[in-house]
Amino acid sequence: MTILLEHPIVHEPRLQATTTSPARTVLPQRPGPDAPPDQPRATRGLSRNDVLPLVGAALSSLCTTALLFGRLTPLSGDLGFVAAFFAVFLLTYAAIVSITEDRPAVVDRVMAVLLCAAAVVAFVALASVVIFVILRGVKALTHTNFYVKDLSETGPLDPLDKGGISHAIVGTLIMTAISLAITVPLGVACSVYLNETSGKVTNFVRTVVTAMTALPSILAGLFIFATWVLILGYERSGLAASIAMSIMMLPIIIRSADVVLRLVPGNLREAAAAMGASQWRTVWHVVLPTARSGLTTSVILGVARGVGETAPILLTAGFTSTMNLDPINGPMVSLPLAAFELVRSPQPSQVARGFATAAVLMVLVLILFSIARILGGRPAGQLSKRQAAATVSQSATDLARIEGSRRAQTNDIPQEPPR
Amino acid sequence: MATITPPTITPNRPTTPADGLRELTSRRGNGDRIFLGGVTTSGVLVLLVMMAVGAFLALEASDALQSKGWSFLTTSEWQPDRNQFGIAAVLVGTVLIAFVAVVVAVPIAMGTALFITDVAPTWLRSWLIALVDLMAAVPSVVYGLWGLFFLQGKIIGLSRWLNAWFGWVPFLDVARADPNSPLSSQTVYTASTFIAGVVVAMMVMPISCVVMREVFSQVPAGEREGAYALGSTRWGMIRVVALPFGRGGIIGGTMLGLGRALGETIAVLLIISPRFDINFHILESGSNSVSSLIAARTFESTGFGRSALMAAGLALFAITLVVNFTASWFVARSRSGASSEA
Repeated sequence: MTILLEHPIVHEPRLQATTTSPARTVLPQRPGPDAPPDQPRATRGLSRNDVLPLVGAALSSLCTTALLFGRLTPLSGDLGFVAAFFAVFLLTYAAIVSITEDRPAVVDRVMAVLLCAAAVVAFVALASVVIFVILRGVKALTHTNFYVKDLSETGPLDPLDKGGISHAIVGTLIMTAISLAITVPLGVACSVYLNETSGKVTNFVRTVVTAMTALPSILAGLFIFATWVLILGYERSGLAASIAMSIMMLPIIIRSADVVLRLVPGNLREAAAAMGASQWRTVWHVVLPTARSGLTTSVILGVARGVGETAPILLTAGFTSTMNLDPINGPMVSLPLAAFELVRSPQPSQVARGFATAAVLMVLVLILFSIARILGGRPAGQLSKRQAAATVSQSATDLARIEGSRRAQTNDIPQEPPR
Repeated sequence: MATITPPTITPNRPTTPADGLRELTSRRGNGDRIFLGGVTTSGVLVLLVMMAVGAFLALEASDALQSKGWSFLTTSEWQPDRNQFGIAAVLVGTVLIAFVAVVVAVPIAMGTALFITDVAPTWLRSWLIALVDLMAAVPSVVYGLWGLFFLQGKIIGLSRWLNAWFGWVPFLDVARADPNSPLSSQTVYTASTFIAGVVVAMMVMPISCVVMREVFSQVPAGEREGAYALGSTRWGMIRVVALPFGRGGIIGGTMLGLGRALGETIAVLLIISPRFDINFHILESGSNSVSSLIAARTFESTGFGRSALMAAGLALFAITLVVNFTASWFVARSRSGASSEA
């Protein structure tokens, strides 16, 4: 048996030979016949060797950094402290690990820490966004009037127990409803078209839809502003904003719905075809129900994206501080636009309202998103408990019906031989 | 021993000329015709709407483009009323912001993706995946607020530190700042390309991360375990198996994030203070981007100025298109990309 000494990724302490140069092959030192039997290495869970170096390195580098920042050097700042702590931590950790391990193992441990740090940075960033926005808005969020009043009789100088953003909440709901009414039928039908037909036109539609997912959202707004408002002469309204939102959401929905429909197992389609179902019956009774949860997810994700978009609405909806329930006439405001306009005011109470609006928007998106996760965690065809129960009871009903009709038939023709 | 020959059975069928191949095409019923007509109509409708956006932008932009010609790309001022306008400055600003965003976001995205697929314990994985998806769902105006009111105050120290130690790098230099004087004003560092880029990075990171995670999770188990069986450490496996396998996904995810960063409007509009000269100093106050220019100027411009904005929008659209198609090309061409969606 020969072992290559210079292999970069081999890590097996028992096979180490003396590091004489140049590299040559040596026989591994086999344990003698009276050696104790090999113990299998524990590969699962954390051993003391994994945890203690981490804790030790963390403590020592915390102390070192505290010394650096408080006493030895004129360093300052939270961000700098964290960065310096992390750098010192990596060095200390590498040093501690290198006492017992060889170089590949040290690199492995350090890289694991780095990868973990990336995830921690992402988590901390998201947490700081959520917490900061809610903290800044909490003064306005605790007043009930914030949810039920509009800003029509409230000036920028009024305290937070007056006025609210009900007009923006209602505006967002109306705009979302209109764009859903446009995008869901059109989007699902278009993705069915992409899946059920093939040919040059289909490929072309798919390419164009893919291309349009790259459309910067502001350009959707600019398009509607230039056509709907300037050329056709309608005023800026909730309807115009909804159309702009739909243009932005359509490619997103179509693309993800296309993927979902493609995941519907082919044997289901073939089974339906083999039983003599026509194409539209196959789609209506087999393909779409199978992909229902995935389709719902793609629609909800599209909505979550559309609800939070400010840029197209900025150009098409106008801004108002009064409640407007009519999407065709007069400006209508949505939550992101209201947040954007409110924080541009120099008044602290307006800024607090802006942050509270952003927090409400974030909660709304979070709710949509959770619904999407709950519905969409499953691949096509896999049912939730409730759906499974519904299917079972449906099958039982069908069975009873079929049995019933067969009994009726056998009563009519009693001489049919038993199988 | 007699050999048994299987009898050859000739089908006893008349071979009349009428007995040709069976017709395999099925006739469609009325229901199918209506169904196909319906979905085709919607497909074509979507196609028309989508093409109308592009065509309309091009049509409206033609006025401004014809009047300026190629100098539209080289002029940095934006004064359409005096016929002095071009996208040199805003385009450079857009690209710099997107560049900063990608440089900040991609290492974090890659680290998080590898952490999710290879390092994290199983119970943590689904939580991390949800976390990344949630980051993608947070509205950009929320990131903008966070960047303007929270991050800007924290990150100025980093800007000053970068300027003090790396001021000799051409694009990290700040003209009006004296990093050694403790009394120097901080306002020279605010509203800069760098800060806008870091905020946009928050939106780029989840998009890149999703693509990269998808690709890393498709590394064939055989190769992964083969590396382990040869005695590789986990990082060794990542370096020699996962990273080469996922190269297409890494590039594709990065470019997809770049496409998003180029088009970002509101967060950039909130943070930067607009300026109209080509400014490569990313730490210096003042920057600009095409989308924030459109958002800020659409209402106050008239006829010709609007056409100029359309031209700027068209240029932005063209760039994002190229970036996105390159991204999907990379992802589709890579070994891992056959079944992944990006």
